[in-house]
Amino acid sequence: MNAIEINGISKSYGQVRAVSDVSLKVEDGEIFGLIGPDGAGKTTLFRIMTTLMLADAGNGKICGLDIVKDYFRIRKIIGYMPGKFSLYQDLSVKENLEFFATLFGTTVRENYGTIKEIYSQIEPFADRKAGKLSGGMKQKLALCCALVHKPSVLFLDEPTTGVDAVSRKDFWSMLQRIRESGVTVFVSTPYMDEAAMCDRLSMIRDGKIIGTGTPEKIVSDYPYGLLSVKGSKMYPLLKALREIDGVISCFSFGDSHHLAYDTSKTDLETILARAREAGFADCTAETATPGIEDCFMQLSGN
Amino acid sequence: MKAFFASVRKEFLHIFRDKRTILIVMIMPVVQIVLFGFAVSTEVNRARVAVCGEISDLQVRRITDRIDKNRYLEITEILSTPEEIEGLFRRNEADAAVCFERNFSSGLTGSGGASVRIIGDGSDPNTARMITSYISGVIQDAGQDASISLSGEKAASMTPSVQLMYNPAMKSSYNFVPGVMGLILMLICSMMTAVSIVKEKETGTLELLLVSPVRPLWVILSKLMPYLLLSAGNFASILLLSHYVMEVPINGSLALLSLVALIFVVTSLAMGILVSVISSSQRTAMLICGMGLTMPTMIFSGIIFPCESMPLVLQWFSDIIPAKWFIIMAKKIMIQGAGFASIIKELTILTGMAVFLLAVSIRSFKTRL
Repeated sequence: MNAIEINGISKSYGQVRAVSDVSLKVEDGEIFGLIGPDGAGKTTLFRIMTTLMLADAGNGKICGLDIVKDYFRIRKIIGYMPGKFSLYQDLSVKENLEFFATLFGTTVRENYGTIKEIYSQIEPFADRKAGKLSGGMKQKLALCCALVHKPSVLFLDEPTTGVDAVSRKDFWSMLQRIRESGVTVFVSTPYMDEAAMCDRLSMIRDGKIIGTGTPEKIVSDYPYGLLSVKGSKMYPLLKALREIDGVISCFSFGDSHHLAYDTSKTDLETILARAREAGFADCTAETATPGIEDCFMQLSGN
Repeated sequence: MKAFFASVRKEFLHIFRDKRTILIVMIMPVVQIVLFGFAVSTEVNRARVAVCGEISDLQVRRITDRIDKNRYLEITEILSTPEEIEGLFRRNEADAAVCFERNFSSGLTGSGGASVRIIGDGSDPNTARMITSYISGVIQDAGQDASISLSGEKAASMTPSVQLMYNPAMKSSYNFVPGVMGLILMLICSMMTAVSIVKEKETGTLELLLVSPVRPLWVILSKLMPYLLLSAGNFASILLLSHYVMEVPINGSLALLSLVALIFVVTSLAMGILVSVISSSQRTAMLICGMGLTMPTMIFSGIIFPCESMPLVLQWFSDIIPAKWFIIMAKKIMIQGAGFASIIKELTILTGMAVFLLAVSIRSFKTRL
């Protein structure tokens, strides 16, 4: 059975279409990523799936339960961690955790095994107020609170936004272990580099799903050749590269430009020669393996 | 049920950890009662009276003594000419002056009678009217006594004797204590509840509460409990203060008064939930409570302005203010010592309002965002 299954979900706020005709299937026990920039409609989709909001159109099931009709039963079996830190800042770590445990009709002790690994990291600060925790610890506490009732599906809305690189890495390895315990994880992120950590992912832009699959499949489906081009005058170079025949797209990527080209029309040497003709004598290029970000750019361009 | 008690406990933790709020909530009633009781009092206390006339004259001296003995009045100055009175008023050294004509005693025994003039400051008309009527009362009494002692028999005259049955001393505290009680109970219950629910909206914790399997009804009820208790504390402190400091009697049954207060509190809590449903930020909630609930209550509940002297339309409007009905009942019970039978109409109206508001507010509380 699919843990999550939604069909043709649409939602508008007045004139703004936040989510349009989104369909997804998430299998039991996988980490499913929803990748997209800010404002792509990720949070809206989360709220619809967690029964907090009604969609204008479409239907969906969480663990076989209808997201509209059976909303109350769904609320018992899901864990939700909103994008904004949403715990009680004036309650201590322990009080927050105990409150949420009781809310779901369980106790911290009963489910200590589920959260032990994460909670043990913040347990030394059990009496500290949640508002006085560091960003990484707040995130761990929020995760504990979402996990304390052993949910079947865990919804994490941008859990790594505003968290440092080391903690982000930690967090993803925690998610791997949560998945191993049998929980389906549905996670959204604006960071393309985190996509590789998911079992499967969907890319969302302007409320529409532009691609779904395993990270490997998405990358292998990339239809063009890809070059990483460097030069001394980067911005004029970017404009010049875009003018070359056979170049599909070119955008800056870290300290170089990623250039997609049609392999049937041109190749590395031709492009490099054209760039040098255009006055960029020091320009160098090498073949690059496409990443999720390249695929995202390509798919959202279509 | 466990979840409900956990929520109630959590609510109490919020309140007790917010020291400033709890301080305001507990001290506000005390300050208001003291303010209304002493600063905003409309009573006249020890008004300063200047006397102008021949103090060696027997009758003048008698009347002056009488004025000085009156508990509301006090002789502060003896003047020799009436011209000095204006200066006294300007320097704010007297509130009223009494001028006796020359040869006052002989005028009194003579056929023409004697004349005495009372001059009030008048820049505050209410106070001036009260002081001058006190003084003229004293002088009337003295005049009667004087005519009896002169002629040996009581002249045929008619004096109306005015008595205020439930408030003989005309204490304004009899009016404002029930008023302040209504105001504070409403303020605490509606504003604090609204703010506490909206606060969870703002911080996003409401989202988590809604995703939990706890019924929204229990979430609301658990948020109401602490304020119910707080208002009970305030109710007690206002009653103690007004009884022992302001000397307002509680002639009726305390249990009945408490019941009435409880129904009123429930009404206010329901209004608080309604405010929280329509406002998206704490500031909006405060504004709605301040402008939409507190001000109409102050103006239309009869605390400051009597409802009876309002235009008819505004009188109708005042009927939908729950505080008005609470204050009427509180006054009847506390001051008149009325029983259940005589407040049955008001109690029915207030209970109806409570049930209606509670039903509407719980229905309008969304189970989704």
